[in-house]
Amino acid sequence: MAVKMTKVINELPGLRKAAEQVRDILLANVVMMGEIPAPTFKEENRIRFLHDRFSESGLQDCSVDEVGNGFGVLPGEEGGDHVLLIAHADTIFDEKVDHTVSIQSEWITGPGVGDNSLGMAVLATLPMLMKQVDFKPRSNMILMGASRSLGRGDLEGLRFFLENNRLPIRCAVCMEGVQLGRLSYSSLGMLRGEIHVRVPEMYDWTRLGAAGAIVMLNDVINRINQIRLPKRPKTSIVLGSIRGGTSFNTIATNSVLRFEIRSESADVVRSIHEQIEDAISEISSETNADVKLDILARRKPGGIGFRHPMVRCAREIMRAMDVEPRIAPSTSELSALIDHKIPAITLGISTGDQLNQLNERVRITPMFSGVAQLMGILKAVDGGLCDED
Amino acid sequence: MKIDHWLKENTFHHGSYWDFRHMVDAKERQDLSISLCIPTLNEEKTIGKEVVIFKSELMSRYPLLDEIAVIDSGSTDNTREVASSFGADVYLASDILPEAGEKRGKGENLWKAIHQLKGDIIVYVDADIKNIHPRFAYGLVAPLIYRQEIKYVKAFYDRPLAFSTGIRPSGGGRVTEILVRPLFSLFFPELTAIIQPLSGEYAVRREVLEAIPFPIGYGVETSHLMDVYKRWGLEAFGQTDLDQRVHRNQPTRDLGKMSFGIIQTFLSRIKSLGMVPDLPDLNSTLRQFQSRDGTFEQVEYEIVEEERPPMIEIPAYQKKFGRHL
Repeated sequence: MAVKMTKVINELPGLRKAAEQVRDILLANVVMMGEIPAPTFKEENRIRFLHDRFSESGLQDCSVDEVGNGFGVLPGEEGGDHVLLIAHADTIFDEKVDHTVSIQSEWITGPGVGDNSLGMAVLATLPMLMKQVDFKPRSNMILMGASRSLGRGDLEGLRFFLENNRLPIRCAVCMEGVQLGRLSYSSLGMLRGEIHVRVPEMYDWTRLGAAGAIVMLNDVINRINQIRLPKRPKTSIVLGSIRGGTSFNTIATNSVLRFEIRSESADVVRSIHEQIEDAISEISSETNADVKLDILARRKPGGIGFRHPMVRCAREIMRAMDVEPRIAPSTSELSALIDHKIPAITLGISTGDQLNQLNERVRITPMFSGVAQLMGILKAVDGGLCDED
Repeated sequence: MKIDHWLKENTFHHGSYWDFRHMVDAKERQDLSISLCIPTLNEEKTIGKEVVIFKSELMSRYPLLDEIAVIDSGSTDNTREVASSFGADVYLASDILPEAGEKRGKGENLWKAIHQLKGDIIVYVDADIKNIHPRFAYGLVAPLIYRQEIKYVKAFYDRPLAFSTGIRPSGGGRVTEILVRPLFSLFFPELTAIIQPLSGEYAVRREVLEAIPFPIGYGVETSHLMDVYKRWGLEAFGQTDLDQRVHRNQPTRDLGKMSFGIIQTFLSRIKSLGMVPDLPDLNSTLRQFQSRDGTFEQVEYEIVEEERPPMIEIPAYQKKFGRHL
């Protein structure tokens, strides 16, 4: 195994050079992908673009399934099993947002370029790159642009594929535009929800106080903050966004809090969920307002271990490329794969900042290391270096 | 009727040219070479993307373009460095044909490109397009590849607005509709069929480019249309719908300057064509007005529409390309 891994490591500089040689194609793919709006549930146009790229590259079985996932298959020389490569197609940006992408000497800027136009662009460029370095995999490679991943999408695209797929999948690699060095191989337990406070039209302000929906939501937040979180297993509650009301001088009749519970333990997630439900029931009964909890997504904790050969290979390859691996659990595509017991990792392609803002940007030069790292890992996977004994 | 026929036969949509492989094959069968020219002046924000898109889609993936050149008027920002770093051939206009001297204006860059670039066809694309896409080049080049009799293809952009009926006006910008189309209606009725006569994107055969003079300022597009029409007729033109073009909107005052330059060129053309023989000498000062502390004051702009001669008359060009008058 050591000899084979050395071979992969030795090939990395060449792979990086090859990635540099397709720079214009990779960047054009980021721009063209990024300028097609793709809010969750409305990814059709972006997936069609990916599909066209796959078809032009000569991939087989190029198709779009009934939930909008886009596929292309690069047949392996031996076939039999399959390696799944995934990038999620959707972004958090509404289709009305100006999606213009710009390129400066070292940066590419625009809404969603890091999350996840770059990941999709790498997927679109990969067949050409593999041809260029004459990488003919033994296993079949399934390239997948996944729909309905983020937020309310709750990984619907990938889950649909995994539930209906009949092909044997040996392992999977998920690609995110940023950050280079990211190495996720396990999934956290997670529960994502929205708390809605609605004050009825006929609310009796004199009897129940003129607090309004924002103050009531504030009470909910105070109760959530009082929940005691264990240090072990690692647990957190993320209050992601809040909105409510309509003006300066009108008492708000509605408000919404978006939050996520994350923990290494499914039991802790469940316990916090129950405590939040109790708090909501209490506030609802005290105020007579309509306070509801909508659960949008759940994840079970799990994954492969730090010493799994796939993780070990990824770490070795990153270090050989002077990329410091940053181990972080994930709540994204990885968890759907873990649910189906498919060994999988998530990688970042480049560095970037101002993420999830309109001026989100990624660096150009690190992309080539990111792509080379991905190619190296694919070679290691295809060469059998990532299989457990 | 001729206009109707021409509109039907010579108006295209970029969507018809989706088969790049077929287009490249047709180009190679004819042994054509095609150059893309992007004239620039301080365009560092948009030039990188333009070069990347054209290079990726129309050189690396499908070899439709043989060169991508930026002809710069002396940008003081990083336009030249950015363009070069993404693989464009970058030239300073003043370095091309130095013996011809240096004049400032977009038309100067377009004219010098004829000498500098090698293509049998040159496609000009402005550098300030926010929604740049390969169609801005292939949509204009394709009619020249597929139709030998077409020599000059102009872009136009549909501006879809909400209309209750099936008919909606389709046309150019403010200067086109207020100035150029009325002038064409008076003197060159057939040229009114060109939906956006002032669009900065067009593809032209070298034999035409080298034979027409180039105003260096605002009048270059208008004079091209008049000169090509007079010599080759309406049949030599094609126009392609490139859907939307997103760019900086110019303030009305700037459009005034533009109109002033265009009228100068137009009048001098109709004079040289003998259509209005008794034109007096024209003033070259545009006067606009502004208010300061309750009083009005004049703002004067000197706008002289100089002109470069047909490139075929330049000895260095004749020598380089082996062409003669």
